[in-house]
Amino acid sequence: MTEFTPLAGLLGGALIGFSAVLLMGGYGRIAGASGIFAGLLTLSFNAEFSWRFIFVIGMLIGAAGSGLFFFDVSSLAFNGGPLTTIAAGLLVGVGTVLGSGCTSGHGICGLSRFSKRSLAATCTFMAAAILTVFVTRHMLGV
Amino acid sequence: MGKFIVFVSGMLFGAGVTISGMVNPMKVLNFFDIFGVWDPTLIFVMGAALLVTLLGYQIILKREAPRFAPSFRLPTSQDIDAKLLGGAALFGVGWGLSGFCPGPAVASLVFGRMESIAFVIAMAAGMILAKQIQKLQQAKVGHTSS
Repeated sequence: MTEFTPLAGLLGGALIGFSAVLLMGGYGRIAGASGIFAGLLTLSFNAEFSWRFIFVIGMLIGAAGSGLFFFDVSSLAFNGGPLTTIAAGLLVGVGTVLGSGCTSGHGICGLSRFSKRSLAATCTFMAAAILTVFVTRHMLGV
Repeated sequence: MGKFIVFVSGMLFGAGVTISGMVNPMKVLNFFDIFGVWDPTLIFVMGAALLVTLLGYQIILKREAPRFAPSFRLPTSQDIDAKLLGGAALFGVGWGLSGFCPGPAVASLVFGRMESIAFVIAMAAGMILAKQIQKLQQAKVGHTSS
C-alpha cells in the first residue's frame, strides 16, 4: 500500500509543467527526460551536450533540495530483485530511444502539442505498464 | 542567461518528480495496479503537469522564438510506425516491472539507493545499445538506396 496523496501530486505535477514551459519558452526545447539523458551518452561534448548536462544537474539539486523537506525518503520502496531492476532498466533504455520519448517527452510535452505520435506512444506505454503489473502481481503473484 | 533558465527548469523538474512521489517506484506501480492496491496519485500528477504545459505552450509557441535561443526545436516526425509503438511497449513493460521511468529514476539517484544506481546504469546501457542499432539500420538504408 502507498498513501493516496492528491495535493502533493498536484503540486509536483504543476512544477513539472512549469519546468516544461520554462524550458520551451526560454530555450526552445522539449523537457523530455529520456532524450535529455540519452543525449549525455556521447563523446562529443558540444553545446547539445552542455545544456542537457546543466538540466540534469538542476534535476539532481531540485530532487535533493525538495527531498529534504517534502519527501519521506524512508517511504522509498523498490520492486523485485537485482535481475528485475537491471532487466527493467535495459527495457526502459532501449524502449525510450526506439520510441523517441518517455512519460515527460510524450506524455506531457507531446500531448500538450497535440502530437498524434505522442498520443499513440503514451497510450501504448501506459497500457503495457498496466498489463505488466497485472500479469506480475495477479497472475504470477510476484 | 539561457543556461540559467535550463538549470532552473531542471530544478523544477527534479523537485516536481520528488514532491509528487514519482521517485518512489512502489507508488507508481500501485498506480498501475488498478485491480489491486490502486493509488490514483499519478492521475493528479499527470493532470496538473498537462494542464500547466498545455496552457503555457499555447502562449509560448505563438511567439517567433524562445527568449534565449534562436528557435524552437520541435519534433517533426508524424509517422506512427512499428518502431514508435514497439519502443513504447518495451518501455511500458520496463516501467511496469520496476516502477521507474527515466526522469524520476535519474532524480532518485540523490537518495543513494543501490536499486536507483543499478537501474540508471542498465537504462544507459539500453540507450547506447538502441542508438547503435539505429545507426546500423540507417547505414544499411543509406547503402541500399545509394
